[in-house]
Amino acid sequence: MARRTLPEINAGSMADIAFLLLIFWLVTTTIDSDEGIKRQLPPPITDEIDPPPVRERNVFVVLVNANDDLLVEGDELKIGRLKQKAKDFLIANGDGLLYGDRPQDPDLPVRERISKSFVKQKVAEYTAYVTGAEDETEKDNFQKVLDNWRKKLKSIELLGGEFKMLPGSAIISMRNDNNTTYDAYLQVQNELEAAVNELRDELAVAKFGNTYKQLEDEYELNSENEELLDRIYAIRLVYPQRISEAEPSAAAN
Amino acid sequence: MGAISTASLPDIVFMLLFFFMVATVLRTEEEQVKVIRPEASELYKIEKKHLIRYINVGYPQDKRYGNEPVIQLNDAIASVEAIQGWVDKQRETIDERERSKMWVSLKVHKEAKMGIVTDIKQELRQASALKVLYSAGQRDRTE
Repeated sequence: MARRTLPEINAGSMADIAFLLLIFWLVTTTIDSDEGIKRQLPPPITDEIDPPPVRERNVFVVLVNANDDLLVEGDELKIGRLKQKAKDFLIANGDGLLYGDRPQDPDLPVRERISKSFVKQKVAEYTAYVTGAEDETEKDNFQKVLDNWRKKLKSIELLGGEFKMLPGSAIISMRNDNNTTYDAYLQVQNELEAAVNELRDELAVAKFGNTYKQLEDEYELNSENEELLDRIYAIRLVYPQRISEAEPSAAAN
Repeated sequence: MGAISTASLPDIVFMLLFFFMVATVLRTEEEQVKVIRPEASELYKIEKKHLIRYINVGYPQDKRYGNEPVIQLNDAIASVEAIQGWVDKQRETIDERERSKMWVSLKVHKEAKMGIVTDIKQELRQASALKVLYSAGQRDRTE
């Protein structure tokens, strides 16, 4: 049998083929960035529930009309100033930490200092309730309340001082017209979110050396880290994000 | 001097190709509407892409649908009323354990009116799809 040497296959056109594939891929795909402002919609209303009465000073009202003009707390305002105004509302009479004490304003909510001894007392109280509970459901309910107070105590310890809490009914409320443009709506949402985020960042950097977003990102990668969660919870306790939107039927008025 | 060997060129190009295959996603749907997203600074990025479903709202490419913003679900122009059924169908495509974590990303043209967006939001609430992402481009925070 005669031995032949195999002729070498010319690979020069291989590059062309690969280039064609590459170009095909470039054309048919997108580098999709799925970024945006996240929001949790309220669940649908089942029947007529009378909303609980709210004090006017505890609600920060933002209205946007059909011409994309803003009416904030009864005054016309440019979008550029909205963030500062929202921050003033959230800081109110001072948070007891970075913003210390501020003079009380009749149009702003009143933050109340939560005392460590009171929280400790509550923790002790509910620990006793849990141990003395008569059945499982009762025990679970007490346990939930107890966990809440424990988290508060932890937050006071983490933040290194008794801070002032925003009243539970303090919210930022937004209402828009059907003819408001989506851009205007989103910019308002963005500024309101930015107000909360900036305050959270300031506090997080001062207390933990990281921005709030860094804490959240880190937690997402490492969700067993209890300490990180406690820190996030503490920041949220001082600056809760409560942005609500009016029901559309009400917006028609 | 001999010719430079081009034998490694295909390897290099294949590497490029693989990079793009990993870094991009296939364009799954035909764009029926033109959307220019608004820009915002407080953005959140959803890492788990398989949990996201998209609703596009924009000006129709096909002028038979008129000149006002319309809703696109998957590949077709749809009415607001179709959203609830669509949400139910989309839920079925997600693994049972993660069904409650479904996100709906709203890609809305920045000049669209809020009327249509509010209608969509109401339908989503009725369908209990409460996690919403208002898709936007990145910009810096204002001073």
